[in-house]
Amino acid sequence: MLKNYIKIAWAVLLRRKFFTFISLFGISFTLMVLMVVTSLFDHVFGPQMPERETDRLLFVNNLREEQGEGYSSSGPPSYFFLDRYVRRMQTPEKVSVHSVFNPVNSYIHNKKLALDIKHTDQQFWEILDFHFLEGNPFGAQEVKNASRVAVINQTTRKNYFGTGPALGQTIEVDQVKYRVIGVVEDVPVLRIHSYADVWVPITLKSQEFKDTGLRGGFFATIKARQAADIPKIKEEYDRIIQEVSRLNPKETKQVHSFADAILESFARAFPGNGKQDKVTFLYTMMALAAFLFMLLPTINLVNINISRIMERSSEIGVRKAFGASSNTIIGQFVVENVFLTLLGGLLGFLLSAGVLALINDSGIIVYSQLGLNLRVFAWGLLLCLVFGLISGVYPAFKMSRLHAVEALRGGSK
Amino acid sequence: MIQLQDIEKVYRTKTIETVALHRVNLHVERGEFVSIMGPSGCGKSTLLNIMGLLDDPSSGQVIIDGQPVKTHSDKQLARLRNEKIGFVFQSYHLIHDLSVVDNVELPLLYRNVSASERRKRALAALEKVGLSARTKHFPSQLSGGQRQRVAIARALAGQPEIILADEPTGNLDSVMGDEIMDILLRLNQEEGTTIVMVTHDENMALKTNRLVRFFDGQQVADSRLVEAQI
Repeated sequence: MLKNYIKIAWAVLLRRKFFTFISLFGISFTLMVLMVVTSLFDHVFGPQMPERETDRLLFVNNLREEQGEGYSSSGPPSYFFLDRYVRRMQTPEKVSVHSVFNPVNSYIHNKKLALDIKHTDQQFWEILDFHFLEGNPFGAQEVKNASRVAVINQTTRKNYFGTGPALGQTIEVDQVKYRVIGVVEDVPVLRIHSYADVWVPITLKSQEFKDTGLRGGFFATIKARQAADIPKIKEEYDRIIQEVSRLNPKETKQVHSFADAILESFARAFPGNGKQDKVTFLYTMMALAAFLFMLLPTINLVNINISRIMERSSEIGVRKAFGASSNTIIGQFVVENVFLTLLGGLLGFLLSAGVLALINDSGIIVYSQLGLNLRVFAWGLLLCLVFGLISGVYPAFKMSRLHAVEALRGGSK
Repeated sequence: MIQLQDIEKVYRTKTIETVALHRVNLHVERGEFVSIMGPSGCGKSTLLNIMGLLDDPSSGQVIIDGQPVKTHSDKQLARLRNEKIGFVFQSYHLIHDLSVVDNVELPLLYRNVSASERRKRALAALEKVGLSARTKHFPSQLSGGQRQRVAIARALAGQPEIILADEPTGNLDSVMGDEIMDILLRLNQEEGTTIVMVTHDENMALKTNRLVRFFDGQQVADSRLVEAQI
C-alpha cells in the first residue's frame, strides 16, 4: 500500500510541477535558513575551538558605570580592574586577562596586510584550546620579560612565509618586530574573546596598565575547575562588583559588570540592556521566531494541499468506493505529505550545505568554519514533518468526510 | 442478497426539497443480472449509490446478506464495499496517475493481500477483460472501451459478489458498448456474479434477466414481478 501511495505521490508531484516547486521551495528554503542561522548561532555561542569547554568558561567583557543623574557609560574593563580584582578571584581555576583585538598594519613585499592583534597573558593559552600547527605559545617568562614574540594564525603564516619555515622568523607589525614562536589554526572573528591574527605578550601594552580607571580595552576569561563551580564564581564576581562600587562612591554611583557565559553575555548586552540576564527571553524569542518562520511554509502547504486534494476528489471517491475508509484516505494524504516533506528536507540539507560552504569561502565572516549541525537538521526536519502532517491532515480530513458519491462528483459539496 | 426497504432520498436546500427516491422496495437475488431503466433524473444513479453504500438514504434501510447496514461505522461500510461490491462507473473513474495494473489492484490494497498476490489477481482480472497486453499503460493511453474494460477488471479484482454498473456503456459507441455488455453477461452467466446495471439503452437492458423501471423517483415496473404474475 505504501508503495502505491508513494507512486501516486511521485506522479502528483511530477504532474503539478509548479505546485511541487512552490511546496519544495517553501520547505527546503525554510530548512536552509533555519540551518544557516543555527550554524551561525553555534559558531558564535557553541563549544568551538578554541572555546571548547563552554560550560566551564565565563567572560568579563563589559563594565557599566552609573554616574548619577541618569548618566552612565560602558565598555570593556581596564587592565587595572581586571588585574586587581578579577585575577585575584579565589573560586576559578584560572583567570586570563587579555586585550580586545586591535587592528594593525603590516607590510610584506610593499603590500599592506591588515591584521588584528591581541595582547594576552600566559593563562590565555592554558585556558583556551588553541590548535597549534607549529611551535608553542609564549609562557610566563616571555610575558614577564615583555619579549617580542608572537603566535600567528595559519593565514598570516601563509601570507608572510608561504610554504617556507615560520618559526624563528620575524614579522613586523606597526613597525614593531616580533619573533614567531607558534602557529595556530585560524579562529573565526565571531569568537571575539579569542580571535586575532597575531597574539603577543600583554606586557607589551604595559603603558595601559597605569590607568586606574575601571574601563579600558581588556577582557577577562575565567575557567572554572568544574561546571558546577560556575554559580560560585558568579557570586564571587558579584561581590567584587559591589565592593568596587563601595570603594568608588565619588566617581560612580553604581558599577555593573557580570561574569557571563558567551550566550549570557550576548543576551545581557542586547535584550537585557547590559543589566539583566535575558537568556530565557532570548531563547523564547528565537523559538517564537523559528516557529513563525516555519508557520509560513506550513500555511502555504495547507493552501496548496487543499487545492491539490480538492482536484483529486474523484480519486478519493473511487478509493472510498473500493474500500478505503476515511482514516485510510487521511493516511494516504499524510504519507504523501510526509514524502513531499522528506524530499524538501533532503533538498534543504543540500541547500544548507551549499550556502554554508559559500559563506565559508566568501570570507564574509573572517575565518568562519560554518558547518551543518545534524542535531538542528534533525529537529528542523522533525518540525517540517509535524507541519507537513498538520498541513496534510487538515485538507485530507476535510475531504475524507465527503460521501464517496459527492467525492466522485468532484467534491462540489 | 441486497434488499432496499422503503428507501427515501430527499435532497434539501434552504428553499427547495427534491425527492430523488420515494418508497423504493427492491430485492436483488444472488446471481441476478438486473437492469434499471428510466429517464434522466428519475433517481437510477441515486438508487445504485445507495445500494453500493456510497450514499445514505434519507429513510428506509439497506440490508446486505440479511444484515441492515444503517448502524454500520464508516470502517464497516468501507469493508463491506471492499469485500462484497465492485463498481463500474459511466466515466470509468480510473486514477490517471496509476498504470492499468495498479488501477486494477486498487480494491486489494485495502485488504491484507501481499503485493505479489495483488499483482497476480490484477493480471488475472485484466486477462478476463482481454487487456493483458496493456497492463503497464496509463489510462490516458487507452481508448474509451479499453478504459471501461480496465474499470471492469478493477471491479472484478476483489472478487466481489455483486457488481454495480452505472451506465457502463453510456460513453461508448455501439461496438464498444456491445463488447462491454458481452463481458458483463459472461461474468453473470459463467461466474454467477450478481450485477445491477443502470442503463438508458433498452437493447442492453433486454439482454439482462430482470428489468426494473423508474419514473420520478418511484419504481414503476419490475419484469420479475410481471413474470411471477404470469
